[in-house]
Amino acid sequence: MADVADQPREKFRLGMLLYDVRYRSLTIQVVAAILIMLLLVQLVDNTVTNLAALGKDIRFNFLWSTAGYDINQQLIPFTSQDTHARAAYVGILNTLLVAFLGCILATIIGVLAGVLRLSKNWLIARVMTVYVECMRNTPLLIWILIVFAVMTEATPQPSQFREGGTASMILWDTVAISNRGVFMPRPIWADGSGIVMAILGLSIIGIFVLRYVARKRQEDTGQILPVLPLSLALLIVPVMAAFFLLGRPITLDYPVLGGFNFQGGLQVRNSFIALWLALSLYTSAFIAEIVRSGILAVSNGQTEAAFALGIQPNRTMQLIILPQALRVIIPPLISQYLNLTKNSSLAIAVGYMDVRSTLGGITINQTGRELEGMLLLGIFYLITSLIISGLMNVYNSSVKLKER
Amino acid sequence: MTKTVFIGALAVAGLTAGMASAATLDDVVARGSLKCGSNEGLAGFAAPDANGVWEGFDVALCRAIAAAVLGDGQSVEFVPLTSQTRFTALAAGEVDVLVRNSTWTFTRDTDLALDFPGINYYDGQGFMVPRALGVTSAGELDGATVCIQTGTTTELNLADYFRANGISYEPVPVATNAEGQQQYLAGACDVYTTDVSGLAATRATFEAPGDHVILPEVVSKEPLGPAVRHGDNNWGDIVRWTLHALIAAEEYGVTMENVAELAAAPTDNPEVNRLLGTEGELGAMIGLDNDWAVRAIAVAGNYGEIFEANIGESTSVGLARGLNAQWTEGGLMYGGPFR
Repeated sequence: MADVADQPREKFRLGMLLYDVRYRSLTIQVVAAILIMLLLVQLVDNTVTNLAALGKDIRFNFLWSTAGYDINQQLIPFTSQDTHARAAYVGILNTLLVAFLGCILATIIGVLAGVLRLSKNWLIARVMTVYVECMRNTPLLIWILIVFAVMTEATPQPSQFREGGTASMILWDTVAISNRGVFMPRPIWADGSGIVMAILGLSIIGIFVLRYVARKRQEDTGQILPVLPLSLALLIVPVMAAFFLLGRPITLDYPVLGGFNFQGGLQVRNSFIALWLALSLYTSAFIAEIVRSGILAVSNGQTEAAFALGIQPNRTMQLIILPQALRVIIPPLISQYLNLTKNSSLAIAVGYMDVRSTLGGITINQTGRELEGMLLLGIFYLITSLIISGLMNVYNSSVKLKER
Repeated sequence: MTKTVFIGALAVAGLTAGMASAATLDDVVARGSLKCGSNEGLAGFAAPDANGVWEGFDVALCRAIAAAVLGDGQSVEFVPLTSQTRFTALAAGEVDVLVRNSTWTFTRDTDLALDFPGINYYDGQGFMVPRALGVTSAGELDGATVCIQTGTTTELNLADYFRANGISYEPVPVATNAEGQQQYLAGACDVYTTDVSGLAATRATFEAPGDHVILPEVVSKEPLGPAVRHGDNNWGDIVRWTLHALIAAEEYGVTMENVAELAAAPTDNPEVNRLLGTEGELGAMIGLDNDWAVRAIAVAGNYGEIFEANIGESTSVGLARGLNAQWTEGGLMYGGPFR
């Protein structure tokens, strides 16, 4: 240890912070961090000071006061006598509903469009190219407004469905497409409907078991079971049997024209349809490109090898290409789901009561708490996005290349 | 997107609030123009004409204020605001005064930190329905779909009225009057509700105004007036007394025609003399010169002339004076004493 002590240790000088490579990067980082902190402090302090100058403070107790306004689409009961917090909650549920359904529809359309764009059929491939380019090169807001305008202007008014009117209900008089939304039958759950639903759940579990058995059998013996017909039979037959044996516990409430509007049934509002379709179509174009890139990323040799083994094109895609493509597809797909969720805040354009319209719109306006409302909105979208990407990351780790 | 809005809001609040807290009068004079928050398009109240020049009942008040302060009724920059953005824009200093069919309420006056220096139109909320529906009273609206502008007092009145009367309804929120009009005409809602004056103004722009009726029920009190930021009392005084000058001018018979003549020399009526600055130094007390009221009246006339020209019975909007008549004729318009 003596020789270490013998080495002349260079004494630390202040200049070394700038001229010595060992310290320089640290110095720069510390200075940058201080500057950023100062900027933030200045921004927050300035905001607080100026709000105070305007006679405003930052408080969140407005959330517990009476909202006073009504919301048309409510997944949980809400009246104008409930609080702003509950209004925000109703809005959050509406946001999550449209985001969830939007992600599903966007994925279905996107995967189809992406695969079809690679089709050898010239016409189909070109049609999909046009679709993708049209959708992703125009602003989303325009698509929302277009779908909404079509739904409002091109569909008949409820009064047109009266005797002598020009419109009529479709699907054996059960569904009415009007300019106030689509009215469809609503299921009514009577005693025994729980048993039917339980059997449905068991059937679905049964299908997964069947798939597992079929795969096992294929691996062991090479025989392929007709999984699809068996699954369908498993899904339908027990449920229908239970349904009729229990004396039809689930009935349908049909929409009937009465007074100003259709009464009863389930109303899917135009604002929801417009937002849902536009979000799905727009995002599906991006997903299509992601799917296409994922498929193209799988080496052509894989397809050729599969064909050489006599595997049909369908099964090649299903068993060989897609599982490998998923590894490329999932990470960018996550950000598309996040985009869709955040883009749903454009709902206000068509009067869909999402969280941006309730908490970030009417509540802010009636209480004058812009900063607080926007802060809460930001936190909500942040948390939602983090949860979505967390869930998708779990899925991603299940499909990514397993290194053994 | 939301994050950007938030940071934007922070930045806007941070940058502009400092400016806003300074004396508005100095800002307006330094800028050479008045920034007036106005409706984004409501026939008769505030809408650009075929040449893009803003005109209307509310616009005339903005021009009168600009004339009083800057000497020119045309040096106004109109900032169209939606019902959702109007108070934020005013609080952030984007506009100097908001004249946009805004109802004076307790919470807006206190909690939103605004001031309503006066009332230029006494209104109430009503309902408009297509004549073909055969509805004659708001009590028959059970189950109706109602189009309503969000961020307004009407939204709250509607909920209160229908709840108190046990009537169910389906609200369809719209952002602007134009959107509400489009939805209503497309039949996406049975009823359009807003202030009666707004309904009349909207109906006047329809192809067939006669096919629509405004129901007799008026379900709320809606005193509409200009709004300014709380705290700048001098600026509030200027807006208040410009409005009162227009109202008083009608009472004393000062019109766009004769205002120059009356202001040329003192008349027999001392109240008119003080109003028009031929007697006393009232202008200096609010930081203006003595001809401020003369200029304000010269732009578009007194309150009655502005009313008749824009929304009166001779116009397509066709509103009667009603509550907005002079107090001498049984109305509520009562110009303050100029002394």
